[in-house]
Formats: sequence, structure tokens, C-alpha cells
Amino acid sequence: MAEKIATRNAYGEALAELGNKYPEVLCFDADLAGATMSKTFWDAHPDRFFDMGIAEGDMQGVAAGLATCGFKPFTNTFAMFAAGRSWEQVRNSICYPGLNVKVVGSHGGLSVGEDGATHQCIEDFALMRVIPGMTVLCPCDANEMRQAVEALINYDGPAYMRLGRLAVEVVTDAIPGYKFELGKGAQLRDGKDVTLIANGIMVQMALKAADLLAAEGIDARVIDMHTIKPLDEEIVRKAAEETGAIVVSEEHNVIGGLGAAVAEFCSENCPVPVVKHGVNDEFGRSGPAPAVLELYGLSPEVMAEKAKKAIALKK
Amino acid sequence: MDKLSNKQLALTAAKARFLGVTMVYEAASGHPGGSMSCMDVLTTLYFDEMNVDPKDAKNPDRDRFVMSKGHCSPALYPVLALRGFFPVEDLKMFRRIDGHMSGHVEMKYVNGVDMSTGSLGQGISTAVGMAMGAKLKGQDYRVYSILGDGEVAEGQVWEAMMAAAKYKLDNLCAIVDVNGLQIDGRTEDVMPTEPLDKKFESFGAHVIKADGHDFDSIKAAFAEARTVKGQPTVILAKTVKGKGISFMENQAGWHGKAPNAAQYAQAKAELEAKIAELEG
Repeated sequence: MAEKIATRNAYGEALAELGNKYPEVLCFDADLAGATMSKTFWDAHPDRFFDMGIAEGDMQGVAAGLATCGFKPFTNTFAMFAAGRSWEQVRNSICYPGLNVKVVGSHGGLSVGEDGATHQCIEDFALMRVIPGMTVLCPCDANEMRQAVEALINYDGPAYMRLGRLAVEVVTDAIPGYKFELGKGAQLRDGKDVTLIANGIMVQMALKAADLLAAEGIDARVIDMHTIKPLDEEIVRKAAEETGAIVVSEEHNVIGGLGAAVAEFCSENCPVPVVKHGVNDEFGRSGPAPAVLELYGLSPEVMAEKAKKAIALKK
Repeated sequence: MDKLSNKQLALTAAKARFLGVTMVYEAASGHPGGSMSCMDVLTTLYFDEMNVDPKDAKNPDRDRFVMSKGHCSPALYPVLALRGFFPVEDLKMFRRIDGHMSGHVEMKYVNGVDMSTGSLGQGISTAVGMAMGAKLKGQDYRVYSILGDGEVAEGQVWEAMMAAAKYKLDNLCAIVDVNGLQIDGRTEDVMPTEPLDKKFESFGAHVIKADGHDFDSIKAAFAEARTVKGQPTVILAKTVKGKGISFMENQAGWHGKAPNAAQYAQAKAELEAKIAELEG
């Protein structure tokens, strides 16, 4: 069994460590440092950490102001409040002037669990993706997250990154030749019958779904699409041409997220069946995270069913 | 730059008002009312108070200005032009499809602008960030920001003030342009924001009241702000919306409306007379 680490923990550790190498990195939180794990940076670099209180809009604006002074601010809160509450500050104070602020939303998706729908953000990819020039990320495991954090530090411009609450298996370190590259999907498993494109916790599930499909004689390719925007069009085109059917899986509303991005690209460039696997346009509910995910069909079994549907649509 | 006399400041402000109303007239859209009201404060900032150099607009040690009431581009752009950040002729590009001067204040294409604004309440937070930047880097530049008295109904203004107090930003000086009017009418009717002095004081700011059309009063307020230690300053500048153009004065309807040809002719005549008087 591979090691299990939440991407939020990996993020906190990576940012704190990279803070030594990059003195211009600043870290902000809105009273959730112990949950978003920005506290790890706080402990390591107290002079470069700022708790802005429960005032997310102000936090984004302050970070924008500091970005104009040459700093590289990372703002932290839950995905709901980063992408939701402070959406317009992110749009107008950060993205419109093109400022170098990294907006980090922890506790994305239904796997928040017990806290329920008000805290289960299933709209953040859509909300952030729709802003012109915004880069949007959702890494799947600790190995990928560490590399994503350094890539974001070195990327000059606005970006949003979702972190997960749940401890998840580290899978990318076992993939030969795996290397994180911003804006480039990573093929974790080859296949010729169908492609499963996923991000976040759905990547591990996609690998399991591919095993389930293999047992039925279906050869599924698995792509870890950690960068939702800009979309890696080449890897999608190749998947469409070589496998002829695509399933996109994400812990997000089926409207507006990665599934929509892939469908938008394929419909104009390489039309093949694109079946979306996610939350079917409804609010989540309270419960232990595994039970909530199961209830809403975010499982390898349902993903495998979606793959068969996509294959059946090939003609 | 040599310091200007009050008369020279008044002349500069009158010229800026003329350029501002001309921009709005030629674009057939824009926000003259609040631009005219804050023009004397803004002129004092750029021609007396702030350490800026048009030849080195991005100097990291410069003082910063954020027009939090970002619709007042017809105030900031003329003042920047007169200060030498770009040619006065550029103002003809305002709000034009083939121009580079957006309707609201914009930093990417207009030299001398420190922050893009337009969505009310947001500018002051970015000013807080800039002031924190000076503290972090040990620089002694100051950060100024003009807000509207209608704008302070935005909750973000108070979030920003709490942060400015927490981080003891004595290098931050916010100026509220208290003209008492906003789009829908009188501020006291739309959403009462007074007592502004007690509100800002309770949020940890040093509050100074000034006459926003009296250069001695404005200069004294900035001088006092420089002496404040350990807390931000808020200057409540009492002003007249539409100041300097008789038919616009104290009329909420001129918040975001362009004059027609006859009205522009009158505004032009009034401001040219004022300029001639001050030049004489």
C-alpha cells in the first residue's frame, strides 16, 4: 500500500521548504491556517506570513498590492471562499491587471465530508477557469503537489490551485518518467479503447477504474490532467484520435469544469464521445467523506460504467 | 520639482478639470461629478505631496497612489498628463475602441497608474498591500488612496482598515472624498455612512478632517498624516460633487453622465475663465 498524504499537507510542507529558496514568497490565510496547512509556512517563516482574519476579499486585494511590489504572494482559504467569496477580487484586483498572485483553495470538492454543502466547493474550476488568463490546477498527490508548488512559484501570473482535505495515495512517484509540467497532462497508463482523464482524487480512482475495465478486457488509458487551464490540447487530441472515446472525471459539478473544458475542445477539434463523471448539478451533503463520495457516484465502479458508455457511443 | 504655490495648484486643478470634462464630453461618457470633487486633493498629491518622477514611473521607492473610486479616471488621467507621465494629447484616447485609456483607471497601458481599479472597495485593499510591502522591504515610501463616501458602504473597505490597523501602516493615507452624493442620490439617503470620523477612528485610524477645496487645509492634513506613527491615517475631505462647473455642482445626476454640446460649452467657458483668472 502506497503512502497516504493529503495534498494540503504536501502543499504546506512544500511551500514552507521552498520559502527558504524563494525569499519573495509570502503566505496569507484567512483564519484557516491549521486547516489549509499554510500554518507550516507560518511556523517556518513567521515574518512572511499574514493572517488576514475572516476577510477573504481583502486578503486577495492585499496580495495584489504586494505583487505590484515584486513579491510572490500565496493566498490560502477554503476553495469555497477563495473561488466563491472572493471571486470578484480575484478577477478584478488580481487577474485583470495580470498580477502574480497564487490563489490556493483548500478543501475542494465533496470530500470535505461532514461539514456539508456550504463548505463542499464543487464549482471552483468553473469559477476560476472562466476568468481570462487564469491558470487553474488540481494536483492529485503529494509528489505532484510538491512539484506544482515550485512550478507556480516560477510562473509569473495569476493562478488558482485546489487542495484536497483527504489523505490520498501517492501514485505518480511510481510512474516511470513522470515529471510535473505546468499545462501538460501526465499519461499514467497507456490504453487503446478509452481514455480516462481525471484530476485530484479522481486520478487514483481512474487507475482503479482502469484495473476494473482491464478485468473485462477493456484497455483504458489514464491521463492525470492536473492543469485544467490552460488545457493540454495535444494530449486530449491524441487520446481522441488513438482511443476514440473519453471519460472526464472530477470532484466537481459536471457543469463548467475539466469535463466541460475537454468537451469544448473535442467538439471543435476532434469530435469523439466525451462522457462527464462528476457531481450531477446538485449540492453535496454531510457525512464521512468516503460515504459522501460513494453516494454521489464518485467511485471507480461508476467511472468504469461511464467508460463503457463512452465506448458504446463510438461509431 | 519646485513646490507650487496655492495659486499654481489651483491653476493646475482648473486645467485638470478642463481636461477631465473634455475627455468625458469627447467620449460622450464617463464620470465627471466625483472626478471634479477630488481634483484639488489629487492635484495636491501629485504636485505637492507625493514623491514621484514621471521619467522613472516604476521606481521602487516612489510613493504610490490607488484611485479606489476607479471611475474617477477623468481626474487621475488629466493630473498624470499634466504631471508629465504622458502627453496631454493621449487623453483623446479615453474610452475609445482604438484607444488605450479604459473607462476605469487602468495600470497596464497608462503610464503612472499604480493599480487598476473600478470595482468599488477593492482599491484600498491593494493600497494596504503596497504599504505592507514598504514595511517588509524597509522602504520609506508612502501610499495614498482616494475613496468615495458612497464607496465606504462596501464591506471590503472596513476589512482593509482592520488590516491597516493590525499591521500599523502609518505609511498609508486614505482620503475619503466626502461629496455626500452617489449615483442614486444623497449618501445619507442611499446608505448612511456617517459618522465617518467615529467609524474610521474605531477601526484604528487617525482621522483628520479637511476642506477638500482649500489647498492649505489639504496640505496641512497631509503634513499631519506624516507625523502619525503606528496607525493609518484617514483624511475626510469635505468636497462638492461636480466642483468647478456650476451646473454640475451638488447634482447627483452628474455622477456618470457626459455633458451635451451646450453644456460642454458652458463648462469650457467657466473653466477657461477660471484658468485666465488664475494665470492673470
